[in-house]
Amino acid sequence: MVRSESGDSPAAPLSEELSRLEEIVRKLETDDLELDAALVLFEEGVARLRAARERLAKAELKVQAVLEEAGGEIRLTKLDA
Amino acid sequence: MTLSLALNAPSAADQVWSVGQLNASVKRLFETHASKPFWVRGEILQCRVWSSGNWYFTLRDKGSQVRCCMFGLNAARAGKPPADGTEVYVLGKPGFYEEKGDFQLLVSRVLPTAAVGGQQQELERVKAVLQKDGLFDVDRKRPLPKFASTIALVTSRDGAALHDVVTVTRKRWPCARLYVVSARVQGEGAVDELVRALRLVNRIPRLDLCIVGRGGGAREDLAAFNSEAVCRALAAVRVPTVSAVGHEVDISLTDLVADLRAATPSAAAELAVADRRDVLRALDDLSGRLAASLVNRTRLAEERLGRTGDRLQVAIEGAIQARRSVADRFAAQLDALSPLRVLGRGYAVPFGDDGRVLKRLADFSSEKRFRLRVAEGDVRARVE
Repeated sequence: MVRSESGDSPAAPLSEELSRLEEIVRKLETDDLELDAALVLFEEGVARLRAARERLAKAELKVQAVLEEAGGEIRLTKLDA
Repeated sequence: MTLSLALNAPSAADQVWSVGQLNASVKRLFETHASKPFWVRGEILQCRVWSSGNWYFTLRDKGSQVRCCMFGLNAARAGKPPADGTEVYVLGKPGFYEEKGDFQLLVSRVLPTAAVGGQQQELERVKAVLQKDGLFDVDRKRPLPKFASTIALVTSRDGAALHDVVTVTRKRWPCARLYVVSARVQGEGAVDELVRALRLVNRIPRLDLCIVGRGGGAREDLAAFNSEAVCRALAAVRVPTVSAVGHEVDISLTDLVADLRAATPSAAAELAVADRRDVLRALDDLSGRLAASLVNRTRLAEERLGRTGDRLQVAIEGAIQARRSVADRFAAQLDALSPLRVLGRGYAVPFGDDGRVLKRLADFSSEKRFRLRVAEGDVRARVE
């Protein structure tokens, strides 16, 4: 059991976003898609690109100390480093 | 600067040195040509501790001796002064005491050779055991994740390593989350604390990577990173590991066990996380490709539409032509069947004023006016 003071959990990895973006671009470049389907993929790609850029721009490193309590439980506390 | 002294009796034209100039010149020589420390082996004689904390002693071997000085801070770290006759390695560099014109060795470390020998033996033993158990095997090495976002850092809470890893990670990949598992990295209790910290790492959920390390230190300060227990605990970490023991010269055994060795904790952070600028460049590239793909696809659709339009036009024109042919054929047939065609052969048809065809004799009363249709047109006529 892990307890975090901030209570938040790590966001979905950016690597997954990038993989999906790669897949979208590759499909648009190579697959013989109908225009409608291509437009849907294109819109998804634009939205994911925007989200990834925003995420990188706003990101702030989180540093937490990992402590083991007497009962064996792990506690995470914010660390100013 | 080179030192040159005139040995002949001075003349008015020669430069005469003062003692102060001479000693200052010699001191500069030492500072210029022997600026890096090196190890010297010898036997300690008459080690005196002054109230300032400085140690003064003589180091000798069979034929020579040299006076040594170790200043307070280094002396305090070294603990108790060695007894006369102790065989030691000292790390130092030549110095020149200007006021007295004395040559001396300025010592920063003193290590009894017996202790070094014992440490070396233990290191060799641990290395052999771990090697036998396959902990250094290349095929054990796991690749580091391309985008590590949750990273455990096992190091001292007060050391430079923590600061360095945080600084580099914040600059390169601020999307990351750093879990600091603190442990003493040298001295008593360091091995136990490092082992406990590495075990704790395995209980952190959704972890991508683990860095274990410390900042630079003297050789004997790195002993914990050569311990069998720490090496085995590191090998048992379930995520890829980076060992970053900041000592440029030596390789510690954790360096050999970890999936990757970094020369310093800063280098470890650079290896561990992606660079935001590279990812932004990759996103720009994807953005360009995305736009180009849509333009390309739209052009293809336009071409297809154009081709369809052409085919449609051809089809419509074909259909019109076909209908026209049918109409022409019907017109020709109608023409052939028309009774008016008979008129062409010289016949004429009489019509009354009421438009009826006059067929019977009784229709032609005397003086009756009627129209006679011939091939070219109508002729007015009268019955006589």
